Amino acid sequence: MRIELEKRASASSLFQIVSPLLALALTLLFGALMFWMLGKNPGHALYAFFIEPLLEVWSLHELAIKAAPLILIAVGLSVCYRSNNWNIGAEGQFTIGAIVGSILPVLVPQWHSPMVLPLMLIMGAIGGALFAAIPALLKTRFNTNEILVSLMLVYIAQLFLDWLVRGPWRDPKGFNFPQTISFAKEAVLPELLESGRAHWAIVFALVAAVGVWFMMRYMLKGFEVTVLGRSERAGRFAGFSSRRMVWFSMMLSGAFAGLAGISEVSGSINHLQPSISPGYGFTAIIVAFLGRLNPLGIIVSGFILALTYLGGEAAQLSIGVSDKVTRVFQGLLLFFVLSCDTLILYRIRIIFGSDRAAAEGRS
Amino acid sequence: MTETIDKEAVPLLQVRGLTKYFGSFAANNAIDLTIAPGEIHALLGENGAGKSTLVKMLFGVLQPSAGEIVWTGKPQTVTSPGHARSLGIGMVFQHFSLFEALTVAENIALSLDPKIPLTKIAEEAAALSRAYGLPLDPSSHVADLSVGERQRIEIVRALLQNPKLIILDEPTSVLTPQEADKLFETLFKLKAEGRSVLYISHRLEEVQRICDRATVLRHGKVTGACDPRQETPASLARMMVGSEVAAVHRADANALGATLVDVRRLNVPARTPFAVTLKDVSLRVRAGEVLAIAGVAGNGQGELFDALSGEYPVADAETIRMRDKPVGRLGINGRRMLGAGFVPEERHGHAAVSDMSLSDNLLLSRSQSDRTAFLAGGFASVIRHDTIRSAAKRICDMMDVRKSGDDPAAASLSGGNLQKFIIGRELDRQPSILIVNQPTWGVDAGAASRIRQALIDLARSGSAVVVISQDLDEIFEVATNIAVISEGRLSQPFPAGELTLEKIGLLMGGIHDSTHGGETAHAH
Repeated sequence: MRIELEKRASASSLFQIVSPLLALALTLLFGALMFWMLGKNPGHALYAFFIEPLLEVWSLHELAIKAAPLILIAVGLSVCYRSNNWNIGAEGQFTIGAIVGSILPVLVPQWHSPMVLPLMLIMGAIGGALFAAIPALLKTRFNTNEILVSLMLVYIAQLFLDWLVRGPWRDPKGFNFPQTISFAKEAVLPELLESGRAHWAIVFALVAAVGVWFMMRYMLKGFEVTVLGRSERAGRFAGFSSRRMVWFSMMLSGAFAGLAGISEVSGSINHLQPSISPGYGFTAIIVAFLGRLNPLGIIVSGFILALTYLGGEAAQLSIGVSDKVTRVFQGLLLFFVLSCDTLILYRIRIIFGSDRAAAEGRS
Repeated sequence: MTETIDKEAVPLLQVRGLTKYFGSFAANNAIDLTIAPGEIHALLGENGAGKSTLVKMLFGVLQPSAGEIVWTGKPQTVTSPGHARSLGIGMVFQHFSLFEALTVAENIALSLDPKIPLTKIAEEAAALSRAYGLPLDPSSHVADLSVGERQRIEIVRALLQNPKLIILDEPTSVLTPQEADKLFETLFKLKAEGRSVLYISHRLEEVQRICDRATVLRHGKVTGACDPRQETPASLARMMVGSEVAAVHRADANALGATLVDVRRLNVPARTPFAVTLKDVSLRVRAGEVLAIAGVAGNGQGELFDALSGEYPVADAETIRMRDKPVGRLGINGRRMLGAGFVPEERHGHAAVSDMSLSDNLLLSRSQSDRTAFLAGGFASVIRHDTIRSAAKRICDMMDVRKSGDDPAAASLSGGNLQKFIIGRELDRQPSILIVNQPTWGVDAGAASRIRQALIDLARSGSAVVVISQDLDEIFEVATNIAVISEGRLSQPFPAGELTLEKIGLLMGGIHDSTHGGETAHAH
């Protein structure tokens, strides 16, 4: 017996729209099942996970803080994925962006100037872009696989950060804690509203999303991304260079990830420490696909995934489950998004025995 | 398989009242068709007449809305291509379904029982291809094969399954006359073995030559069933298009102007191990001239097009000159800005992105040459969708492109209509140089004659046109001068009037006249 995927003659346009919602519903269903098997009341657990965080002002601020890096990174990734370049290493670019952006407040803390913050943000973006340029260089020069290279660079970035905060950048007055000095006031991304902690990163994220949406829809650059993603040969015929597109898409997504990294460190953490991200760079991949690689859809899906982080924290307290539940929910969501999308385009056929005719399902 | 044909009375295939609706549009309307064992049956019709729909229903790709298919006397619902094959129906599609990354043998293996070892398949395929005169190397990768060679894989793949009925969709559109003759021998051999062939073609003389009976479709209905040998090409064409096909008019004595394309001793090394190396290619095209380049598939046509278009620029700028400027190192858009236009061979995924709209596909080739009209906002390059859409509409009107909806995806157009759009996209700019690779392969008679006339008219208005083609009828129809490409070498040009079919055939086979450039004959 074996299972085959057979392409459908035509994909249902209704289900193409409904598919992300269906994936969400299935995630909730299986989440409830998981809570039930853990011996928790599923209704109460789901309420604690997904509804409670939305009821208080402070936690809405937290939602914005968590959504900001997810949206920013995912918007960059959407350009990459649409151009058929597979940057999986946004987590690393996020980390390097945070490190490069922190050079000023860590090494020259005595420089007090309104220029500090803008420079930090720009340096963070450049840092992320340059780190993403490594897989781009290796792909264009040596034809390496950018998925592997960008993924492996994540661990290099994380260990480099770990070494920095334990070694040369450690706060001498920090009681040997592995962290840098706290950033001065000029180096901190200010809060957006009086009512809570949410800072400017969410604005960057929304501006980036709208900007990229405009580029993809109305600008020649967006057209170039789409054409090269669909057919490299047609792109060459149009005079577009797939090599340059590798550089452009990787560095754009790297810059966004780097900006997200320095914004997170400057706005939320205020110093560098061994761990600065609960996996934003990887979760953003789910955000990008749940948003159907459309920047406006990514805004919505960014908030949904941010809610899973928040719900995980809340559920730890109120119902006493591990925060790993967050990762489970994210995993479920990605699984269902991808499988719903697959089943829109393909139907499953189960074949018993080795029927000769069945082996010829292709036309 | 040699089944005895003992039931002459029972037709192999009988189709009764077969109807297929797409929405409210009847692509096939009450089609009747009968195929006897051991007959070669022609299915004639323009693009859009419903031939593909009919064939897809016979092969189980589409399900009919009404009517029935009776196979060897029993009504059948053909549920899938796999089912069709198990019934004994083999199909050679016009658009091949091959995996480019796999070898010939692997591609064939995919449609066979998975338990047969690959080496055995390779042997069988090689033996079969030799027996039927369709030379194939089972170990070469499909990506490196020409269109003509890819077709051979499809034919061999269909034959390996021992079908009772083989459906061939426009099989000779990519073959030379000699190759076509070989194919016909193959078909006669199949016929002698008691198998039937459903032969889809727009080449009337072929149909007359090899087919026992013909069914003609127009607008989804059967407009005639006849013995093609008792008809004239004109009467068949009338059944097909409903009126006389316009003959292409070629001006005999063009006053040729300045040289617009000048290629001198172009050498291009092969980019992949299986690509053809261009050796010392020289050609010159003047204003008002159509230079046709004949040749068998896979002899360097694609490579020559790549070098002329600038998709792959060459090392030495001076080897290619257009309008008196060295352009060898210029990219495709640089050359377009000098007034050149290009039409590649492959429509889907090269000349056009299949799932993009026609207007987007218009922007594809003209984003730089028509920058001022199509883009706004300077550096930001904002696309003027409205302008482009109206330009696309203008092109569709000019070339009579038949489509559903205002701005449909390129994939939804039939081959002929998409090709008309792709050619019109370039003609609309009135290019001073036009380089076309296989302008009419897989295109119906009406569209082909329109495209050929457009190419001639363009030359007549003072442009230089290069037509790379495997279709000799086409070449003689449009060419002022003819050169032949073989194994990456280009012969000297001959005036169209002076070249005979035999001479072209010899040049195509790589037998160059030893007095030209001292080349030695290098026949296979």
